[in-house]
Amino acid sequence: MAARTLYEKIWEAHIVREEPGQPTLIYIDRHLIHEGTSPQAFAGLKAAGRKVRQPQLTFAVMDHSVSTKNRLLPVLDADALGQFEALARNCQEHGVHLFDLHSKNQGIIHIIGPELGITQPGQTIVCGDSHTSTHGAFGALAFGIGTSEIEHVLATQCLTQFKSKTMKIEINGKRPRGVTAKDFILTVIGKIGIAGGTGYVFEYMGEAVRGLSMEGRMTMCNMSIEGGARAGMVSPDETTFAYLEGRPFVPRGKDFKNAVDHWRSLATDAGAKFDETLTLHANELAPMVTWGTNPGMVTQVTDRVPDPSSFNDPVDREAATRALVYMDLKPGTRIEDIPLDRVFIGSCTNSRIEDLRAAAKVVAGKHVSSDLKQALVVPGSRRVKVEAETEGLDKIFRDAGFEWRDAGCSMCIGMNDDVLLSGERSASTSNRNFEGRQGKGGRTHLVSPVMAAAAAIEGHFVDIRDWKNADGAE
Amino acid sequence: MEPFVKHTGLVAPLDRVNVDTDQMVPKQFLKFLTREGYGRVLFYDWRYLPGEKLNPDFVLNQPRYKGASVILARANFGCGSSREHAPWAILDYGFRTILAPSYADIFYNNCFKNGILPVTLSNEQIDELFQRAEKREGYRVTVDLEKQTVTDDSGLSYSFELDPFRRDCLLRGLDDIGLTLVHDAHITGFEGKNLRLPVMYDPVDVKYHKQEPPQHN
Repeated sequence: MAARTLYEKIWEAHIVREEPGQPTLIYIDRHLIHEGTSPQAFAGLKAAGRKVRQPQLTFAVMDHSVSTKNRLLPVLDADALGQFEALARNCQEHGVHLFDLHSKNQGIIHIIGPELGITQPGQTIVCGDSHTSTHGAFGALAFGIGTSEIEHVLATQCLTQFKSKTMKIEINGKRPRGVTAKDFILTVIGKIGIAGGTGYVFEYMGEAVRGLSMEGRMTMCNMSIEGGARAGMVSPDETTFAYLEGRPFVPRGKDFKNAVDHWRSLATDAGAKFDETLTLHANELAPMVTWGTNPGMVTQVTDRVPDPSSFNDPVDREAATRALVYMDLKPGTRIEDIPLDRVFIGSCTNSRIEDLRAAAKVVAGKHVSSDLKQALVVPGSRRVKVEAETEGLDKIFRDAGFEWRDAGCSMCIGMNDDVLLSGERSASTSNRNFEGRQGKGGRTHLVSPVMAAAAAIEGHFVDIRDWKNADGAE
Repeated sequence: MEPFVKHTGLVAPLDRVNVDTDQMVPKQFLKFLTREGYGRVLFYDWRYLPGEKLNPDFVLNQPRYKGASVILARANFGCGSSREHAPWAILDYGFRTILAPSYADIFYNNCFKNGILPVTLSNEQIDELFQRAEKREGYRVTVDLEKQTVTDDSGLSYSFELDPFRRDCLLRGLDDIGLTLVHDAHITGFEGKNLRLPVMYDPVDVKYHKQEPPQHN
């Protein structure tokens, strides 16, 4: 048989029906839902008199609108409460497994899927959230869908899909000190642009990617959508299997051994062909900071804010000009001279235990700059929170002047009360620096957890490589 | 879903590249439980000044674009979040079709689920349309899905490509789920072969994990 990519293997194993000139009907192995995008899908289902076809393959959690303050207090936001109640009702009515506000397993959907072992290699996974690409780190085909498609999956456990093209993104060499998976993916997006991956599925490979932990791989895959790709993947390997073994939803004993044998066979074959290739060398990579209003507007921490006139394409020039007005930045400003108001360590991109460990190491024994209004650490899940507390990370953060919160999407999307006020500037470990993303008029700079931690201490960006505890998030 | 066959309407030019779905429907409006009523909040942060006063500088607020039903846009329209609230808002505002050189993937898909036709034209064609729409007040185009053309009353005529399956669904206003359920036997067959395998599809991993009791206050 011809050499095949991981993507092709998963695609072919999930074809339910294929007909020339039509999109393919593919089977969906895991469907993740949350309170934000699912209520209309359940309403549609009900209106049509349909049922959830495979409720045991659907998993629900409350994450987008949850408060990260005291979980024992009543929910004050009436609209958010309406969403929570609707999700609970829908799950109960249809027999869907729900992790509610008070579950010890509650957390951001893309954190808990992998953490509980719901996410496994070779699966097709969808969720009404664009950062579903995260789960591709396990060698799954995972992508975000709209609410109509949620309804479609609930009713049929299938989706009609067109096959994507494939792009190999290879990072050779060893990861330099202070450079993290976040910097890898921001570099990639900076090179290809935020639409560079439209129509493609990315597969990340090369020594530097292989050397990443599952957490780092998830960070890379998470932001595939920011490069326009619906999905990003990494072929499963020993790192993947070791991460999965013993997790609550993962097969055990002989079943686990069989599963690993199967998972191993999914890796992209030597000589498999990709439609496109991007090759980078790790020694070109540095800590990255976004300066504009999309993740492709990014540069190395040692650089300066670019001059829009330096862009050749008039469209890019105009977009950069607009972005600098919104960000209130002058061309030529050193990135390290940009002062900050708030620092946010959290989100489905960077709120796993490793991210918190790395950030804690940077801030241990130091204190958040008095220039800052707030420095926030929001663990991605309650399991991460408990693990961090067991290790004493919460104390390190608190002693350094950070607020230590409960799990949720928080200031990445600002659907709860963790927001930037108009004109405020943040260093954020999240994934989107769009206008108003963290709060109307707020200005977001995307960075890695160690870069955010160091920026919190200094009140402005600093090159983490100059610090003693610069070892990245692995 | 309302079929899309042919539509003639006023063109509103939105001359920005990479318009993301956070701009179309900001997060504070993602807490409602229905698909209706989002037209009022479309492009909220651009459209309104504090106190929900109309921002006169925003293109859709200019009187000449009142009643527009065709959005003329730039590359990578609809990037970012998967929120279907974005096409719901576009439709509810009164738009039926979009003309742009390219779209983000999830948004593009979501349009077809809501009877919105996203037409892809070349950069040059889009440039020409921007010129005409900005120069001529009341500039209208006709988008004909059967013929796959965009035309105006002064001789402009562009043809566009579209996947035949998507075209057919839109022309007939077909219900996606209904279409898939026609193949129920295929799905059942697939499940029969795969769902009980211990390795991949077995929902069985659930057997290790008991449903937590509800813990609501």
